[in-house]
Amino acid sequence: MIRFDYARPTDLAEAVREGSGEQVAYLAGGTNLVDLMKENVARPTRVVDITRLPLADIQETEAGGLRLGALATNTETAYDERVRARYPLLSSAILAGATAQLRNAATNGGNINQRTRCYYFYDVGTPCNKRAPGQGCGALGEVNRIHAILGTSPQCIATHPSDMAVALAALKAEVRVTGAEGDRVIPFSDYHRLPSDEPWRDNTLRPGELVTGIDLPPEEFSTNYSYLKLRDRLSYAFALVSVAVAMRLEENRIAEVRIALGGVAHKPWRREEAEDILLGVSPDREAFGRAAEVLLDGAKGQGANDFKIPMARKAIVRALEQAAAGTPQSQTDKRIA
Amino acid sequence: MPDTRHEPIRVGIGTPLDRVDGPDKVTGQAHYAAEYAVPNMLYGVIVSGRIARGRITGIDETAARAVPGVVEVLTHRNRPSTPWLDRNYKDELNIPGDPFRALESEHILFSGQPVALVLAETFEAARFAASLVDVSYEAAAHNIDFEASLAERFLPSKKRNSYHPPKNHGDADAAFAAAELKHEARYHLATEHHNPMEMHATTVDWHGDGTLTVYDKNQGSQGVQSYLCNIFGFSKKELRVVNAFVGGAFGSGLRPQYQVYLAVMAAKHTQRSVRVVMTRQQMFTHAHRPEADYTIRLGAEATGKLTSIDGDATTSTSRFENNMEDIVIWGMINYASPNMKGEYCVAPRDTYTSADMRAPGAATGMTLFEIAMDELAYKAKVDPLDFRLLNYSDIDAMYRTPFTSKALREAYRDGAAAFGWDSRSPEPRSMKEGRELIGWGMATGLWTAEFVKTSAKAKLTADGRLEITSATSDIGTGTGTVLVLVAADTLGLPPDRISVRIGDSDLPHSPVQGGSRAAASGGAAVQLACEAVGKRLLKAAEKVDGQPLHAARSIEDVIFADGRMILKSDPSKAVSCADAMQAAGLEVIEEEQTAQPGLADRISQMTRSRNVHSAVFAEVRVDEELGQIRVTRIVNAVAAGRIINPKTARSQILGGVVMGMGMALHEETLGDNRLGRWMNHNLAEYHIPVNADVHDIQVIFVDEPDPDVTPLGVKGVGEIGIVSTAAAIANAIFHATGQRHRSLPITIDKLIGT
Ligand SMILES: Cc1cc2nc3c(=O)[nH]c(=O)nc-3n(C[C@H](O)[C@H](O)[C@H](O)COP(=O)(O)OP(=O)(O)OC[C@H]3O[C@@H](n4cnc5c(N)ncnc54)[C@H](O)[C@@H]3O)c2cc1C
Ligand code: SF4
Repeated sequence: MIRFDYARPTDLAEAVREGSGEQVAYLAGGTNLVDLMKENVARPTRVVDITRLPLADIQETEAGGLRLGALATNTETAYDERVRARYPLLSSAILAGATAQLRNAATNGGNINQRTRCYYFYDVGTPCNKRAPGQGCGALGEVNRIHAILGTSPQCIATHPSDMAVALAALKAEVRVTGAEGDRVIPFSDYHRLPSDEPWRDNTLRPGELVTGIDLPPEEFSTNYSYLKLRDRLSYAFALVSVAVAMRLEENRIAEVRIALGGVAHKPWRREEAEDILLGVSPDREAFGRAAEVLLDGAKGQGANDFKIPMARKAIVRALEQAAAGTPQSQTDKRIA
Repeated sequence: MPDTRHEPIRVGIGTPLDRVDGPDKVTGQAHYAAEYAVPNMLYGVIVSGRIARGRITGIDETAARAVPGVVEVLTHRNRPSTPWLDRNYKDELNIPGDPFRALESEHILFSGQPVALVLAETFEAARFAASLVDVSYEAAAHNIDFEASLAERFLPSKKRNSYHPPKNHGDADAAFAAAELKHEARYHLATEHHNPMEMHATTVDWHGDGTLTVYDKNQGSQGVQSYLCNIFGFSKKELRVVNAFVGGAFGSGLRPQYQVYLAVMAAKHTQRSVRVVMTRQQMFTHAHRPEADYTIRLGAEATGKLTSIDGDATTSTSRFENNMEDIVIWGMINYASPNMKGEYCVAPRDTYTSADMRAPGAATGMTLFEIAMDELAYKAKVDPLDFRLLNYSDIDAMYRTPFTSKALREAYRDGAAAFGWDSRSPEPRSMKEGRELIGWGMATGLWTAEFVKTSAKAKLTADGRLEITSATSDIGTGTGTVLVLVAADTLGLPPDRISVRIGDSDLPHSPVQGGSRAAASGGAAVQLACEAVGKRLLKAAEKVDGQPLHAARSIEDVIFADGRMILKSDPSKAVSCADAMQAAGLEVIEEEQTAQPGLADRISQMTRSRNVHSAVFAEVRVDEELGQIRVTRIVNAVAAGRIINPKTARSQILGGVVMGMGMALHEETLGDNRLGRWMNHNLAEYHIPVNADVHDIQVIFVDEPDPDVTPLGVKGVGEIGIVSTAAAIANAIFHATGQRHRSLPITIDKLIGT
C-alpha cells in the first residue's frame, strides 16, 4: 500500500471535484479496492471515500422500475422486498456471490466496478497488461483455468467476476453516472467493455466519473428466471461459468428471453441472435441447445479453461430449463437443481 | 454393596469434555504469536523475490530507507553474520540436505524467497517501504513442473530419519506376469499447501538484559529454541520460545519457518523487539504437501485374492533438501500378498522443500492405493468391502510382525452397518435420483501409532488445585484438554480444578507435535506425574488421625475420586487429599516425570506393529451433465485404541474428513512454470471445502482395547481422518458415474469432459 490523501465528501458535486485528476479512486465498501491497495495493484494517491454520499436508497423510478442506489449494499438490495418480488433474478445473482459478510459491506456501485480475479493481475511479481500496460499477459498459455473463452484479445483474457452484473445485463439495466461533464445514462450492455488493445479499461466510465445508481426497467421477470452458477465449490467461489436467464412465456411459447453469461468474458456475455431463435418456440432442450451454440459461437479455450466451452453449453441449457419450468436455481440449498 | 455416598463421580478418560481453552479462544483471551503486546517493538515486513532461480544482481533500498520510521533494511549484503555449517541449521526433523537460510546470499532457490526484511517503527511504514525495495535479478533456467521433474528422479543416498524403506517379498514381477487378474495404473496427487488459519508469525520480546522471549507459531517450542540457539548463539536460559496457542498448522509448523529466523536475526541486530508476520501469499512460499506420482500394479487370482503388490512412487522435493515420504509401504502393510515390491524416489524442483502435511505419506500413498484396490475389486467382480476382507491380513503383511491390535474388521463391520452398505447395488451408474447419479464407495485408512519421550509436571496445592505443565503443543487439536482428562482420571479431581500450561520451552521436555502422538505421549507423562503425586498423597495420609488408609500398601489399593482417596477394599474408609496434605504439613506436592519407551517397549516396537485403522464409506451425488459432485454422506469408523476425549477426538476426525474432501475435490496449488511461481496463492482461489460442500459426517470409534501400544492404550487420532477419505470419494464417483479418476483433486473440469 502506498501513501494517499483521503477525502470524505458529503455531497455529489464535492465528490466529483475531489474525484478529478490522476490516480484517484472512489472507495465504497472497500472489499475489493482495499485488497488491491494492499497488494500494490491499485496505487491511488487520493482516495475519495463516497460512503457519506446520499446514494444508499432503493427507489421507484418514474418509468415504473427501480433505482438501486450505488451505495445500497448488496445485502440490502438482494433482500429488498421490491427487488425480491419483481426482480428475483437479481436477488438470486447477488446471493450467489461472495459471502454474507462480504455482501454486507459490498455496494452496488462497487460490485459492478470490481476488478478481475485473474491471478496475475493480483500478483505484482508477474506480468499483466491490465495492471501494467505493455508488460505482457501472464495468463496467456499458462494458468488460465478461470479465464475467458469469448471476446478475448491477445493483450488480455481476463473475465469480469461479478455475478450481479450478469443479472443486470439480462434485465437490461442502465447505469447512471455523473462526472465533471455532467450526468449520463449508460445501457448495461455498453457499460463493461472487451479488453481489445486497452485491457486496463474495464468499462466505459470516463476518468473521474462516479456511478450514482442502477436503474431497473419496469419489465419484471418474476416467474420464469434462473441464475445458475457453476464453480469449484458450492459457495464462496467465483463463477467458472454462470448463466442468467429472464424469460416470459405466453401459452407455453417463449415470448421474450434474455440470456447473459458470467465467467466467460471481460463483460457479461449476451447475444441477441441467440435469444431471437427462441422466440415463439415452445421450451425444449434442443431449442435451448441451439441457442447455446449461437451464444457460444466463436468461443475459444485458452488451454486450462477449455472445459468452459462444454460447461457453458450445458449450463445454458439447464438454466433455460430451470427458467422455463419456473424452478429457478436456489442459492441456499446445498445443491444444483 | 459399596456405600453409595462414596460412589465416585468420575470425569476422566472417556468422558467427552469441552475444550478447556475454548472460552479463552472465543473471547480473545488466547494470544497467538502475532498478538503479544510488546512495547517499543519494530515491525518487520518480508520482501518476497520474483524469480524462481538465479541470483540477485542489485538491491536499491534508497527509497525504502527514506520512508520516515524505517530503521533498517536487512538483505544478504548487510545481514549479521551467522554460522557457516549446515549442522547449525538442522531442526528436529533433520531433513537431508542444506537447510534454507533466509538472506544468506544472492542466490535464489525458489519463487517468493525472502530477499529483504524491512524494519520500521510502524507496520504501515514497514509495509510501504517493503514495496519500494527494488531488486534486480539475473534469472537462470528453472523447473517447477512435476511431470518434467520426473526425468530427474532419484533415491537419495542419505535418507530422512523417519523414512521406512519398503520390504520386498517373493517375486512381484513374476507373480504379476502370471496373475489371472491384473491391474496397472498411474495415480497422481496435486501439490497442496497447508494453509492453517493463522499465518506463520513471530513476536520477539527483546528484554534488554541479554534474554529474549520468542512468541512463535510452530508445533514444537523446544525444537525451535534449539534451532535458534544453535544459529544465534544464545543459551537455552537466555532464549525462551512460547507457542501457547497455535491457530492450526497441519505440519507447516514442524520445522522453524523463515519468519522466526528473520525476526530473531533482526532483534539481535537492532537490539530491539521485533514482530514478523507472513502474508497469506507468503504462506505459499514454504511448506507444502509434495506432489505425487504413483504407479500401482496389482496381480490377483481369479477370485480376487492378491498375489502381487508392486508400487513405484515419486514425490516432489526441492533442489536443496531431500524430503522423503512413505508412499508405497501402506498397501504392503495392509494387505496379504505373497509377493510384494516397492520403489520410491524424489524429484527435485525449484520450489521450497515439500513438507509433512497431515498424515504425510499415508494421506497420499494409502489414498491412491485404495483407488487401485477399488479398480481391482471391480475387475474381480467382488464387492469392494468383501474384496478388502478377502485380502485382509491379521499381521503386518510387509514387516510380517503381529499388530498390538487391529480392529479393522470391526471398523468395516460397524462402518458398513451405519452406512447401510448392504443395500448397495454393485453396478456403476445403477443408483439414481432425479438428475443425480448416486455412488457409494469405501476405502481403508491406515496410520501409525507412536509414542515418544515426553515429560510433564503435576503440581497439587493445598487448596485442591492441580496444575499440569509440559512443553507439548496444542495446534488446535485439543491436547491441553486431553491432558486435563488424564490428570482428572488419575487423581480423581474435577476438571475445573485442573489447569494446564503447555507450549513453552521452559516447561518439561516435549518433542515437536506431529504424527498423532501428542495425546499418547503427553498423556502418559501426565499420568506418571499424577501417579507420583498420588503416591506422595497416600504417604501424607499416614499422618491423618486414625490412619484410615492404613490398609493401602500402594496407590493401587485406593481409588482417587472427588478429591479423596478411597480404600478399594473398604470404601467407607477415605481421606480427602486436602486433609492428607494438611496433616503432613504440605503446601504443595510437585512431581515431574518422563514417559519414554523402555527397553521392553523398544523390543516390542521391533517385533510388533502399531497402527491405527479406519474404514471410510462415502456417498456422492453427481449431476453428471454439469460436473457437480456432492459428498452427501461419510461414515468414518476408526480403530484408534483408547479414546481419551470422545469430543475432541471426533472433531479431529471431522476435520480430517473435511480435509480429505478437499483432497478429493478441491485442493490444488496451480503453478506457472514459465515464472516458476504458484499462482493461486490466496484463499479465494486456493479452494478448500466450505460449509455448503459439507453434509452428513458420522464418526464411529470402534472398541479396541490395546494395553501394549502405548502406556495409556492410546493410538492417536490427528491424522487418520484424512487418510483414504479421498479414495472413498473417488471410488464413490466411479460407482456413480463409471468414470475412473486417478488424479486428485477431481475438479469440475475433469468430470465435465468435453
Ligand atoms: C473473497 C471474495 C470473494 C468474492 N466472491 C464474489 C463472487 O462470488 N461474486 C461476486 O460477484 N463478487 C464476489 N466478490 C467481490 C465483491 O462482490 C466485491 O468486492 C464487491 O462487490 C465490491 O464492492 P465494494 O463496495 O466493496 O467496492 P470497493 O472495493 O469499494 O470498490 C471496488 C471498485 O469500484 C470502484 N467504485 C466503487 N464505487 C464506485 C462508484 N459508485 N462509482 C465508480 N466507481 C466505484 C472503486 O474505486 C474500486 O475500483 C468477492 C470478494 C472477495 C473478497
Ligand atoms: S488476462 Fe488480463 S488481467 Fe490477466 S494477466 Fe493477462 S492482461 Fe493481466
